[in-house]
Amino acid sequence: MNWLCVLAGAAIGAPLRYLTDRGMRARFGAAFPWGTFAVNVAGSFVLGVVTGVAGAASPHTQLFLGTGLCGALTTYSTFGYETSLLAEGRMPFAAVANVVGSVAAGLGAAFLGVTCAEALWG
Amino acid sequence: MTDLRKPPDVRRVLTVVAVGGAAGAAARYGASLLWPDAPGTFPWTTFGVNAVGCALMGVLMVLITPARTTPVHPLVRPFLATGVLGGFTTFSTYAVDSERLLDGGRVRTGLMYLALTPLTALAAVWAATVLTRRAVARRREAGGR
Repeated sequence: MNWLCVLAGAAIGAPLRYLTDRGMRARFGAAFPWGTFAVNVAGSFVLGVVTGVAGAASPHTQLFLGTGLCGALTTYSTFGYETSLLAEGRMPFAAVANVVGSVAAGLGAAFLGVTCAEALWG
Repeated sequence: MTDLRKPPDVRRVLTVVAVGGAAGAAARYGASLLWPDAPGTFPWTTFGVNAVGCALMGVLMVLITPARTTPVHPLVRPFLATGVLGGFTTFSTYAVDSERLLDGGRVRTGLMYLALTPLTALAAVWAATVLTRRAVARRREAGGR
């Protein structure tokens, strides 16, 4: 059952990441990886909420939403690869901005998610 | 025969991304069961998963995107890169684990994890890309493809 929760969550999270990336590319172009940035920040917020509610969510819900959905919605490999593309494309500023921006925004989103959850359910 | 130049149908792409993502996430979950990260300590398992996933991404993207005479199937990239490796690696666990460490007073461990993960990830992508490019070039010179 635990495995099923992870598989089901990931089977939703990964296509959601693909669709977000497509949508962001269509809207903002492909010069900067806004799609990956958006899913990583959004996923960090949701996982922050899931972590913050801790006791209020069943272990299965945590595996489905946290390990499965948020885990597959967000990605480190594409983030790393896209950053290397920016660096190779002689856009060092954009590469650094992508790393610093993603890390700062992801950390902030995680903090916000935990704080919101603790305020609402804590 | 699949026309390799035609972009594949979106529903088929979404299906392979979902299947690949589930497989990648299952591998990550398996790793977390085999080597669980204790709260308050450096999350080595997630760190390793992300580093390995980035290295594999570097290898894969060289193998499927250079000027090849035979194009790869259009579903290979969505399945392996977006699906499997995207589902295997995770940014959200990295961000929340960092937040938990910092919020829990483990400031040094938290800051180290926060900085070391992206640096290692980028080094892994870069090293894998360079080494794979070299291997591919050597194979071409040796009369491969």
